[in-house]
Amino acid sequence: MKDTPLSNCERDFLLKAIEEKKRLDGRQTYDYRKMKITFGTDYGCCFVDLGKTRVMAQVSCELVAPKESRPNEGIMFFNIELSPMASPAFEQGRQSELSVKLNRQLERCLRNSKCIDTESLCVVSGEQVWKIRVDVHLLNHDGNLMDAASVAAITALCHFRRPDVGIQGDEVTVYSPDERDPIPLSIYHMPISVSFAFFQQGTYLLVDPCEREERVMDGLLMIAMNKHREICSIQSSGGIMLLKEQVMRCSKIASVKVSEITELLNKALANDKKARKEGGRCGFAESLPQERITALRMEETSVEMTDATERANDIVQKADAPPHEYPELGLHVVCLSASLFNRRRSLTASYKGAFPRGARPRCGSDDVVEISDSEEEEVVILHPEKPDKSLKKTGTSSQQKGAAASKKRQKK
Amino acid sequence: MFSSLKERTGEVLLPGDEFCFEADDTISLAGPVQPDKVVCGPGLRRSGDRLLACKSGVLRHRPPNVFWLDSQQRRYVPARGETVIGIVTTKAGDVFKVDFGGSEQASLSYLAFEGATKRNRPNVQVGDLVFAQFLLANQDMEPELVCVDGSGRANGMGVFGAGGLLFTVSLGLVRRLLAPHSEVLADLQQLVPCELVVGMNGRLWAKAAGAQQTLIVCNLLQSADTMTAPQRRALFRRVAQGAP
Repeated sequence: MKDTPLSNCERDFLLKAIEEKKRLDGRQTYDYRKMKITFGTDYGCCFVDLGKTRVMAQVSCELVAPKESRPNEGIMFFNIELSPMASPAFEQGRQSELSVKLNRQLERCLRNSKCIDTESLCVVSGEQVWKIRVDVHLLNHDGNLMDAASVAAITALCHFRRPDVGIQGDEVTVYSPDERDPIPLSIYHMPISVSFAFFQQGTYLLVDPCEREERVMDGLLMIAMNKHREICSIQSSGGIMLLKEQVMRCSKIASVKVSEITELLNKALANDKKARKEGGRCGFAESLPQERITALRMEETSVEMTDATERANDIVQKADAPPHEYPELGLHVVCLSASLFNRRRSLTASYKGAFPRGARPRCGSDDVVEISDSEEEEVVILHPEKPDKSLKKTGTSSQQKGAAASKKRQKK
Repeated sequence: MFSSLKERTGEVLLPGDEFCFEADDTISLAGPVQPDKVVCGPGLRRSGDRLLACKSGVLRHRPPNVFWLDSQQRRYVPARGETVIGIVTTKAGDVFKVDFGGSEQASLSYLAFEGATKRNRPNVQVGDLVFAQFLLANQDMEPELVCVDGSGRANGMGVFGAGGLLFTVSLGLVRRLLAPHSEVLADLQQLVPCELVVGMNGRLWAKAAGAQQTLIVCNLLQSADTMTAPQRRALFRRVAQGAP
């Protein structure tokens, strides 16, 4: 099935909004969406929600013969699956360009940075080593798959416990989880990737692009870092030219974000460990909130209200003559409502211009309000005065709910 | 059957729930028994002498005798006469292919615009938004759209869209917006002055004074989708006061 095409008006609107530093969901330029990390019942199963993007990672292990060039080291295998339920653009079975790109990036981020101690995975040198396999499934695509996948992969690796082995002479016994407690992997550091989207040939940048922003972007810069401020991998795609200062700035932003995400990750792991120790029920089903069958619970979209109240004369000056109404076809033209008129009156007591006489819109029985042409002719602005901005509220309103979220907004 | 339907109004029904004709309803000695006529709305279907629910939802009743199932759905199924917002994807000779969110793309002839002739072609580019109505929409054939009504006038249909934002909501919200004396629309009108185009395929287009206002309208409508009326009024009140 083909994906919905992007219309011209959406593209123009998004670019215009980005120039005014407005994002679709009211975030700031450097804000991440709400991230939620939950674990499954098995060790090594982890779900990550980044806004509406949803990703699942599962870690498993088995004993295999090592590679001949490295007989002392275990093997790590990464795989990202683009499930067709994530987006209509993904097809089952076909390896698309995006899937190759994501796989390559995850491998570079986790394997080449040597975040896992592979020598500790060796059981019998040259004969038996552990092969750790990380499968990441994309369940919903709403932008920024790489970040969600990298967080899911590293969290699942931290959460995973491998079975204990005993070596007696030449015999290797693998103990089941009932006989001996499984042991965690030894992880040196946690690389996390942060994505930056660039617009208008590098003039504007956004952190954590959502799906629509990704469709109109010019290029993407992905920086994988750990909390010790070591860069594990940098990748730039889309062919945009970036200046040195831009890349340095992005890496500074990335280090801040990575430390926040690492804190969130550690807290999630600690919570899960506590829940398991207390014997409480854990797992995917428990992490779903209780919902009744007829209720659709969606989180409230945040609505940013800065600069929303305009001055009254601005409204009058910008109002175009509206076209005729078409009540039966759903094209509604809504004029300035009565409440706004009242507010104008109180603010502009010494208004020099002629106040439109018959300007009271007819909101009563009709569900469509119209301004007749005669009213527009009466509006004459001679000496517009600036009313005081008592109604203007400062501060953004992006909601920061969530149990484990500990984000600090940086006002740049 | 009327009585059994009336009893279950407000309950959640699942597909397969049935209502049978009851033979021994009431026997009146006074005069001939008039069976109550039941008008089935969306979600209820008659098969033989039974009434089946074919969607999952809440059973609603409007006096005197109309029953229907209120369900939340986001996937649009085209029906003749409905007006939708489509995106032009390709120009294939004399015909535009338009995506409206259904299983296949609809065709829109270039002559189906007001004042269009073979010499005077309409100015439609790939990626434009069109507001059109279905001429032909059954499950066996490719759907057809037109931008004129029966008498050849545009009547509000055609290409539009510069400067606004397109977003999707569920079909339930669209029905609520298009109902006469719609409360959602009335509340929205008082809050933010805007221009709104409502497509019955779940797509809305909004334009207000400035990107900020347009985003507010868009977010409000998407939130109002899953809220009850008191919650929605509370949200609008909060936004009107400018509180976060």
